[in-house]
Amino acid sequence: MRLVILETSDKVSEWAAKYVLKRINDFKPGPDRYFVLGLPTGGTPLGMYKKLIEYHNEGKISFKYVKTFNMDEYVGLPREHPESYHYYMWNNFFKHIDIDPANAHILDGNASNLQQECDEFEKKIQEAGGVELFVGGIGPDGHIAFNEPGSSLVSRTRVKTLAQDTLEANARFFGNDINKVPKQALTVGVGTVMDAKEVMILITGAHKAFALYKAIEEGVNHMWTVSAFQQHQHTIMICDEDATLELRVKTVKYFKNLWSVHSQLIDTQMIEEEN
Amino acid sequence: MKNTCLCDSTSKLIQFTNCSLLRDGKIIREDLWVRDGKIVDPEKVFFDEKVSSDGRIDCKGALISPGFIELQINGGFGVDFSFNTKEVEKGIQIVAHGLLAHGVTAFCPTIVTSPRDVYHSILPVLKKMPGSKDGAAVLGIHLEGPFINPAKKGAHPENLICSLQEGMKTLLDMYGSLSDVSIVTVAPEIDKALDVIEELVESGITVSLGHSMANLQQGEEAVKKGATLITHLFNAMLPFHHRDPGLVGLLASDVVPAKGTIYYGIISDGVHTHPSALRIAHRTNPEGLVLVTDAISALGLEEGTHQLGQASIEIRNSRAYIAGTDTLCGSIANMIECVQFFHKASGCSVEKALEAATLHPAKVLGIENIKGTLNYGADADFILLGEDFDLWSTWISGQHVYQAEGKPQVRIIKVPEDIKPVM
Repeated sequence: MRLVILETSDKVSEWAAKYVLKRINDFKPGPDRYFVLGLPTGGTPLGMYKKLIEYHNEGKISFKYVKTFNMDEYVGLPREHPESYHYYMWNNFFKHIDIDPANAHILDGNASNLQQECDEFEKKIQEAGGVELFVGGIGPDGHIAFNEPGSSLVSRTRVKTLAQDTLEANARFFGNDINKVPKQALTVGVGTVMDAKEVMILITGAHKAFALYKAIEEGVNHMWTVSAFQQHQHTIMICDEDATLELRVKTVKYFKNLWSVHSQLIDTQMIEEEN
Repeated sequence: MKNTCLCDSTSKLIQFTNCSLLRDGKIIREDLWVRDGKIVDPEKVFFDEKVSSDGRIDCKGALISPGFIELQINGGFGVDFSFNTKEVEKGIQIVAHGLLAHGVTAFCPTIVTSPRDVYHSILPVLKKMPGSKDGAAVLGIHLEGPFINPAKKGAHPENLICSLQEGMKTLLDMYGSLSDVSIVTVAPEIDKALDVIEELVESGITVSLGHSMANLQQGEEAVKKGATLITHLFNAMLPFHHRDPGLVGLLASDVVPAKGTIYYGIISDGVHTHPSALRIAHRTNPEGLVLVTDAISALGLEEGTHQLGQASIEIRNSRAYIAGTDTLCGSIANMIECVQFFHKASGCSVEKALEAATLHPAKVLGIENIKGTLNYGADADFILLGEDFDLWSTWISGQHVYQAEGKPQVRIIKVPEDIKPVM
């Protein structure tokens, strides 16, 4: 596992965006070769989307041959609700880029048959050839997507009932009324994300520091579902200084010393020279 | 006009980009999506239909506003609706087309107090009409008189002013047909006026109060019967008095809120309403303010002397005088100038200034879901503006219908092929 430690959350956004940019461009997507990208929502990845839009406007990246799959969506929330993930993705990303709408996939939380919707989502990922790069964030309780503590670490896309903690945390988005927070969500499973060829997880802020500690310094534990990615071959975690507060000095120093290796991951110049 | 070719096929989905737009009372940086002459919700298109736009139009940073809606206009470009009884359709065509250059996409041609036979010859021909490249939409006629108070006749011929002896029957006999009438201005204090107001409102016609000596109580009675508009506030009515504020007092009446706001047309040309009076009205009731030009046939004509019907009119320094005199003979400020003046005089925001010429008049007619707004589902009637309400172009049903000379033109962007990475 890689852990990239950056000074601030802004740097995390920029680094993540550069990494996505490089991975897509190195892949050389085309009409017969789509890049499949898994995407999160929430506050943490917002800066990454902003940067990607910037790169798109500068002509550095096209999403014409990119297929996207979003991690999750609330159940029963109208799509035009400002807290719906459809609304988030449209307003923060899709409307600014050149993606073909047919290639942008978000679970439909208003589908008449929710499990069928989930099964079809899994099928669509498979038909697209699997996810090349899954980008994710985590909650303070270490959940990835809506895989709340206690979720199976081999779970697939399904309906998930939200934990009380999550409902309380989200009430602020619904006029501070916990009764208005959707009680269920559709979410990809831990296993679904594990199947991706590569996973990139963004973690910023002191409030996520304990979750990061649980994710990398303790063992695999279904009460901290993000810890499952210790067993993934290509996981890259990107965090800011604040998020490292609960880590051992030894851990932090070890990963910081790898800086030159990590910076090569996004340094296109160097790669091109090598080629 | 090669710029319009993307829009010629109306079923195409066109994305106007590089623009800001007025929506929900705010100016936001957002693209405008149009199809089949209507404004569409791009998010729905994206997730439901899963298609991209067929074409994109670069608006060069313009501010997109709904097209202006004019509720009171007597004519323009040499045409006077009330005197042009011979070639009504041709006259309306000339004005409808000319108004495109003023950012007006819909209007109510106004007929001042006239003899019975004039109503009977004009009204059947002056039809409601959708907008097109030929001109702004006709939203229905505004009949201003003859059921008004002779003491406040203004420029209306006194000998033609009538009473409502037999109420609605008299009115119907006078006008003939009401099928294409949207607004009737009456003085509420004349006998049987209240009954007539009630009946007009029931049949879907907006009743406006004006050319009147009414006190506040009489005004409030009319509002209770359904009147919702005041004709050119301050002009042709009693001046504000603190013990009886008259029709002006309706702006702050406690009778009105029960039925929503009272709307009032106001001529903000810097001549017919003093800037201070404009501010008093605006600060008292900003949501009810409707900009009208009340323009006469000399609107849109060059400086110099013009023979208009019987009258000889001289246009000097953008004002219309009776030729050879210093007597003003009516308003010739266009809607853009009225918006500019109102914005400057009132100190209101750009959003509010535009709404006074778009959303508010639409609300008066109860058509705010389809006109005077850029909300999804509304008609794609809009204008592209530069700084300080500088009109660049006018669009009706998504079609480019007017381009101001020397002003930025939109540019069609081809959907780019593969963008090559340059890093």
